[in-house]
Amino acid sequence: MSGARRLSRGGLIDRSQIIKFRFNGKAYTGHPGDTLASALLAQGVRLFGRSFKYHRPRGVVGAGAEEPNALVQVGEAGYSTPNLRATQVELYDGLSAQTVNGWPSLKHDVGAINSMFSRILPAGFYYKTFMWPRSAWMRYEHFIRKAAGLGRTPELPDPDIYDKRHIHCDILVVGAGPSGLIAALTAARSGARVVLADEQTQFGGSLLCTSSTIGGLRAVDWVKKMVDELRTFSEVKLLNRSTVTGYFDHNFLTINERRTHHLASGDSDPRMSRERLWRVRAGEVVLATGAIERPLVFDGNDLPGVMLSSAVTTYIRRYAVAPGKTGVVFTNNDSGYQAAIDMAWAGMEVIAIVDSRRSPGTSVVKEAEALGIPIYKGHVISSARSGSEGLNRVELSTWCRSTGELTAHKGMIDCQVLALSGGLSPVVHLHSQSGAKPVFDSHVAAFLPGASVQKERSVGACNGTFDLGDCFREGIQGALAAANVRGFSAIGVDIPATDYKQHAPIEALWEVPSNILDGARAKKFVDYQNDTTASDIRLAAREGYRSIEHVKRYTALGFGTDQGKLGNINGLAILAKTLNKEPGDVGTTTFRPNYTPVTFGAIAGRNLGSELFDPVRKTAIHPWHVKRGALFENVGQWKRPWYYPRPGESMLDAVNRECLATRASVGVLDASTLGKIDIQGPDTAEFLNRIYTNGWTNLLPGRCRYGFMLGEDGMVMDDGVTTCIASNHYLMTTTTGGAAAVMGWMERWLQTEWPDLKVYLTSVTDHWSVMSVAGPQSRAVLEAAGCDVELDSQSFPFMSVREGKIGDISSRISRISFSGELAFEISVDANYGMALWQTVMDAGRAYDITPYGTEAMHVLRAEKGYVIVGQDTDGSVTPNDLGMDWIVSKNKDFIGKRSLFRADTIRPNRKQLVGLLTDDPKTVLPEGAQLVNSPQNSRPVPMIGHVSSSYYSASIGRSIALALVKGGRARMGSTIFAQLMDDHIVPAVVVDPVFYDPENERTKS
Amino acid sequence: MLEIECPWCGPRDQDEFSYGGEAHIVRPLSPENLNDREWGDYLFFRDNKKGQHAEQWCHAAGCRRWFNVIRDTVSYRIVSVYRSGDSSSGESP
Repeated sequence: MSGARRLSRGGLIDRSQIIKFRFNGKAYTGHPGDTLASALLAQGVRLFGRSFKYHRPRGVVGAGAEEPNALVQVGEAGYSTPNLRATQVELYDGLSAQTVNGWPSLKHDVGAINSMFSRILPAGFYYKTFMWPRSAWMRYEHFIRKAAGLGRTPELPDPDIYDKRHIHCDILVVGAGPSGLIAALTAARSGARVVLADEQTQFGGSLLCTSSTIGGLRAVDWVKKMVDELRTFSEVKLLNRSTVTGYFDHNFLTINERRTHHLASGDSDPRMSRERLWRVRAGEVVLATGAIERPLVFDGNDLPGVMLSSAVTTYIRRYAVAPGKTGVVFTNNDSGYQAAIDMAWAGMEVIAIVDSRRSPGTSVVKEAEALGIPIYKGHVISSARSGSEGLNRVELSTWCRSTGELTAHKGMIDCQVLALSGGLSPVVHLHSQSGAKPVFDSHVAAFLPGASVQKERSVGACNGTFDLGDCFREGIQGALAAANVRGFSAIGVDIPATDYKQHAPIEALWEVPSNILDGARAKKFVDYQNDTTASDIRLAAREGYRSIEHVKRYTALGFGTDQGKLGNINGLAILAKTLNKEPGDVGTTTFRPNYTPVTFGAIAGRNLGSELFDPVRKTAIHPWHVKRGALFENVGQWKRPWYYPRPGESMLDAVNRECLATRASVGVLDASTLGKIDIQGPDTAEFLNRIYTNGWTNLLPGRCRYGFMLGEDGMVMDDGVTTCIASNHYLMTTTTGGAAAVMGWMERWLQTEWPDLKVYLTSVTDHWSVMSVAGPQSRAVLEAAGCDVELDSQSFPFMSVREGKIGDISSRISRISFSGELAFEISVDANYGMALWQTVMDAGRAYDITPYGTEAMHVLRAEKGYVIVGQDTDGSVTPNDLGMDWIVSKNKDFIGKRSLFRADTIRPNRKQLVGLLTDDPKTVLPEGAQLVNSPQNSRPVPMIGHVSSSYYSASIGRSIALALVKGGRARMGSTIFAQLMDDHIVPAVVVDPVFYDPENERTKS
Repeated sequence: MLEIECPWCGPRDQDEFSYGGEAHIVRPLSPENLNDREWGDYLFFRDNKKGQHAEQWCHAAGCRRWFNVIRDTVSYRIVSVYRSGDSSSGESP
């Protein structure tokens, strides 16, 4: 015994097995084949959630992706997933689900008091009320968001893994209902590579809940036959539990496959991904996405027990659940009759079919009459009423189509289930996402696919074709056409025989009229999830909203997690009527990906953390730094030693020690991360001349030069030292973070503007390990390390390069300095990097050789007024702004030169690089601090610049800073003020940016 | 995501490419002879075409070659692809 409402026959469930699960803390059971919704319905549960705004009790309305009410949070802790539709959650043993809306409990909901105030909570209420005073919105918002919550964000890291696959196919068939299945088989038989994806557990779509036969077979057996044949093709991929969620440019589609959602936590391989995102590039797409039934809009149409007629059919035929004891059907088309027939088959008492039309189709009428079901033609349900457990009565009325008013009240009917059919809305979502515009068709009272923009075609119900035989014909034809385009000549598939029923046309009924007396308080819900009513839409129109996109945003129509799958078409038709327009003139809102919500896990896939998302780069000497207890700084993707604290040292202690040791004796820096580009070819010097601001044609082999690279806008882009190795061979260094951009930039000029230059670039950043040995004892250390190069200033002057050996290691040694000390930069094959480092460290022991990190490097260079591109520059700084006109050639053109003479770049009051000394030598200004003219300012305060670099300098014995200040060089000696975040104001004197050894005697010693 | 046919490697996902903006903007041979307005036109002003737009792309995660694409900015259809230095009809000048 699995539940009071479970039928003893029929359905696609396995009654031999029992599944135990919990819903809102209570234990229930179900069977394999059940969804959470069907199992709960089988046990008489009617209340599934509370609505978003009024917290009205809500039941399950649909049976699939369209469900707006029965939203649940499934799983615990890190496994928790919010806002799943109970109609799509497959049962598994131990499943635990909670309603997402309803506090403190579903039955006694505090927010339901909103319902009593609904007269004063109309559309746009939050905008109108809480936006004044504007500053208070931040305070209100906190409470409003809490009251309006939909599910809870899991707070623990997601323990599951997710992955992605890329796939190409000739034909992607979306949806495995009748049209999609036969299309896939047709395409498969042609030899094309086919992907068939369907969001449900099983293929078959509407055939899983039909009593019809196909070609003499039960529908489910025909489906099995089709799937069995599809499995025989090696080029066919079948994806169930896979929702095609997005249709993007150039026939690129995404499929969200749920791989382990249906398994109990112990039953799945932990190495298996929970979800997979398929990224498909399809030659042709055949859309067979079916149609979603619309509810009818009348007073009380949201009560638990009111369902779509297609959902009633699905629960009875597929899940063997009778959703109540007594039922009524309310329809404006022939398809609603099926629910009455199925309810009768399930043993329910079908009290009435209420048809708003006067002339229903003869065959459905005959079928219903044969079962003894009373049919009320030209009638409507004007109102539904509830008892303690949801729907218990409906009000029957006659109406006049031409006046649009009720004409007579015909009494109340007791019933537990009301099945609604307001017509079928083709699922044109993917078609619309592809860039096409759906077109309103008044014959089917729905939007149908318009002209294709991409390589797609719609077949079956999503194309407005609802007869099964016609669906088969369209599926076959669509697949044949697609296969032809891809160059496959298809062998046809015979159209199987189906039961054909003569159908009478639908007569649109977008809103059921109300009694005059009830008009004001009638609650006719259009969007269940957001509690948008027909009167909200009319109010929006009265207040001047005309575009459906604006009405959507004002009334929240279609804003829920269901994206208005049920309500949008009714809503836009009600707006159209209010504006005296046709629905086609109002149009739909934009259909955007994703069709149903996709987890962030699936979108991220394996692109997480440092291994696969943003790789970490380490130098050859990295293990040594780790061993020495270095703390690291991220520079681009590189890990660079930041400083090497000794036990008990603060960061400032360590940096001071490293700086002082370098200035007093010798320090050593791992400089391997600097970008290195090998440049070869006879035109290299000319190329460097065009790329750098300074001249390069006279640089001899064995010499190196510092250069500035500008953008064409004249702004400093990168800097570095380039060495001439031979007349046609140079090695360029770039900043650590700028290496890839500089490489790409130079490649672009060479390929697109100067293809005549014979110049070839190769990135060699990782090939070389580089250590900088700096300080007055650096020469002695190199000698002690066994360097065979003459190191005295005479034979090895500043800015020159020598090749030789240090010990056994072949080295290229450059006399360059970023510290302002005598320094040697040693480059070796990266495989010898650690060996060289050890050799130098051993040799330096007698000189107390001290490794220093990037922080000390920054302090040392700031003491010298050397800029760091990207720190002291921000893309709006010219060489002149930095006081570095000496590096800009007057005798040649180079990238960005003309821009240095634009009106804006020569105006006097530009921000210029200066030094700053705070009045208090201990105060270190925060980098980024804003600078102002005077300590007393009325707001807004004119900003004259900012601090770009700021440190405590142990060598000088006080704080120093570099800053960009408007007209800074004319302010030397004057006091300006740093305005700090805490309103503290710090006076500082503008000085020359070179604080240490301005004559450069140490560098050249 | 667009599918772009690299003239050297064939059709690849847009992920592999970087975008370079409008194509066929020739760097002036003598910038020093241009006034600010003329230099500004070269430097800052680009067509914002509705319809067929010539633009540069680089197969950054592939062969790293720059090439030209004629793309419809309304439909995103790629009308043609040709190598730098060639004309849009695919011929060398």
